[in-house]
Amino acid sequence: MPILQTIGLEKRFGGILAAQNVNLAVEPGARHALIGPNGAGKTTVINLLTGVLRPTGGRIEFEGRDITGLLPHQRVRLGMARTFQINQLFLDLTPLESIGLVVSERLGAGANWWRLVGTKAAVTDEIVEIAERFHLADVMHERTAILPYGKQRLLEIALAFACRPRLLLLDEPAAGVPEAERHELLATVAALPKDVTVLLIEHDMDLVFSFAERISVLVNGALFVDGAPDEVARDPRVKAVYLGEELDA
Amino acid sequence: MTTRADDVALYLKRRARWSPFEIAFWIFAFATIWLFPGKYLILKDTAILALFALSLDLILGYAGIISLGQAAFFGLAGYFSGLVAKYGFINEPVIALLCAGVIAAALGFVTSFLVLRGSDLTRLMVTLGVSLMLGELANRYSNITGGADGLQGVEIAPIFGLYRFDLFGHNGYVYCLIVLFVCFIIARRIIYSPFGLSLRSIKGNNLRAAAIGIPVKWRLVSIYTVSAGFAGIAGALLTQTTAFCSLDVFSLERSADLLLVLIIGGTGYLYGGLIGAVIYKFLQDWIANLTPQYWQFWIGLVLVVIVLIGRARMSAWIGAVRAFFNRLGARLMPRLPALGGAGSEGH
Repeated sequence: MPILQTIGLEKRFGGILAAQNVNLAVEPGARHALIGPNGAGKTTVINLLTGVLRPTGGRIEFEGRDITGLLPHQRVRLGMARTFQINQLFLDLTPLESIGLVVSERLGAGANWWRLVGTKAAVTDEIVEIAERFHLADVMHERTAILPYGKQRLLEIALAFACRPRLLLLDEPAAGVPEAERHELLATVAALPKDVTVLLIEHDMDLVFSFAERISVLVNGALFVDGAPDEVARDPRVKAVYLGEELDA
Repeated sequence: MTTRADDVALYLKRRARWSPFEIAFWIFAFATIWLFPGKYLILKDTAILALFALSLDLILGYAGIISLGQAAFFGLAGYFSGLVAKYGFINEPVIALLCAGVIAAALGFVTSFLVLRGSDLTRLMVTLGVSLMLGELANRYSNITGGADGLQGVEIAPIFGLYRFDLFGHNGYVYCLIVLFVCFIIARRIIYSPFGLSLRSIKGNNLRAAAIGIPVKWRLVSIYTVSAGFAGIAGALLTQTTAFCSLDVFSLERSADLLLVLIIGGTGYLYGGLIGAVIYKFLQDWIANLTPQYWQFWIGLVLVVIVLIGRARMSAWIGAVRAFFNRLGARLMPRLPALGGAGSEGH
C-alpha cells in the first residue's frame, strides 16, 4: 500500500486548473521526486498534500486514511511534514529554540504553560541529535535571522525532520544555496534515514537524478510521466518538454 | 553528545532565570511602599495600568494580536466586582477579584473567535466594536449599572476580613502591587513555557507554525482568554480600590491609552507594559501639574517624539539599562551568570 496516494486530485483557481486529475502514489521508504517545468503546478500539489490549499476535487490518502479534510497541523500529527521553497523560519528564535519548539510540540508539551522549556532530558537530547544531524550545533545559540543562507536552509529541513515524519516533503531544498554550502546540504539530504519516505519537489536535475529512485513529471497541472529515473530520462516526451522549455528560455 | 545536551539544558534553563535587572525592578517596586507614602493614589493607578498593559502585551507582544478593545474586559470585570460587592453576593475582595477575572476571561474566550479572523485592521475594529457595545449596554441598563452617574454605594469588605481599604490608599496600593506581581509571575511563566514559545512562533510565522503541527487557532484562543482575564483583574482592582465604577471603564480612551503605554515601554519582553505605565502615569501627573487644562497637548507631543525617535532606539535604551543592571548583578553575584548573551528576548 502506498504511504501517500492522491486520487483524481484537482485544484481550480477561478478559470485556471492548477492541478487536474493527479493520481500520485508514493511507496513507503521511497525516494520519490516530483519534477516539472516552471508553472507546472508542483507547489500547488504540495500545498494540496499538506493542507495549505483545499482541493476542488479528488482525495488524498495517507497510510490508507483519507486526509483530504484535515488541517495542516493535523496532518503533521499523523506523520507528514514539509519544508518550504522559500524559507519559513522563526527569525527571532534561535535554532535551538526553534527545534526545541517542534520537539516539545510533538511530545505533546506544546499546550503546557507552566513547565519551563528544556527541563525534560528527552527534549534536550533530541534537540542536540537533530542539531548535529543538520550541522547546526555550532550556530544553535545564534538568532536565525543572522544565519548564513545555507544554514537557514538546513534549519528549514531540520524543523520538518524534528516532527519525526514518516513522510517528508521537500520543496526545492537546494534552491538558492550558494555553491560553497551546497555540498553540506545535499549530503544531509542524502543521509536522511531510510525509514523516512521522501517526496522531493525539485528543479535541479543533478539533485533529482542523484537522489530519486522514482520520478513523476508534472506538466500543466497533470501527471505526465511516472517511472524509474532512467525511463524518465529516456522518455522523448519529457525531453521535448524540457528541451522546449530550454529553447524558450 | 551528553555534554552538549547538558549545555542545551543549561542554556534553556538560564533563559528563564530571573536576571539582576528583574530582581532590581521588583525590589524597587516593593520599596515604593515605604519610599513614597504620599503617592499611594498615583502609584496604585500605575500598578493597575501596568497590569492592564501587561494583559495587552501578552496578546500584542507575544501573539501579534492588536486590540483596541481591552477595555471591554476591564469594564465588565469592573462592574461585576462592583455589583457583587454592592449587593453582597461575594464579600471577600480576593475571591471577587478571581471571579471577575474568570468572567472577563469567559468573555475573552467567546469573542476570541471573532478576533481570529482577519488582519490587524479587522482586529482593531472587532475589538473596538465589542467594547463599544458593552459600554452602550451598561449605559442602557442604568437601573443595574447606575448609568451615567456611575455605580454608587459600593462597599468593599476588608481583604481576608483583615485589611481594610484605608483612606490613604496604603492597603489598596499594597493589594494592587501584590496582585500585579502574582499576575506578572504567571505571565512570565507562560512565556517561558513551551506554550509561550509556540506563541512566539505563531507571531513570527503562522504558516510555518501550522506546518510543524501547532494548532494555531487554539493557541491564539487560549492566550486571548488569559489576556482578557488579566485585563478583567485590572478592572476589578480599580473598582475595589475606588469603591466606584463608571461608564468610562469601557471608553475607547482606556484602550487607546494602553497602546500608548506599550509604545512607550515596548512590547514582547513583559516589562514594556510596566515601565510604560510608570512613565505614562508620572508624565501625565507632572504635565497636569504644570498645565492642568492642556496636559493632553504635551502627552500628544511626547507621543509624536517617541514615534519619531523610533521604537527600536527606545528599546535599545531600555536594553542598555537592563544590561547595566545585569552587569552590576554579575559583579555582585558572580555565581549567577548574566543573561546578556541570550539576546533572543525583547525587541
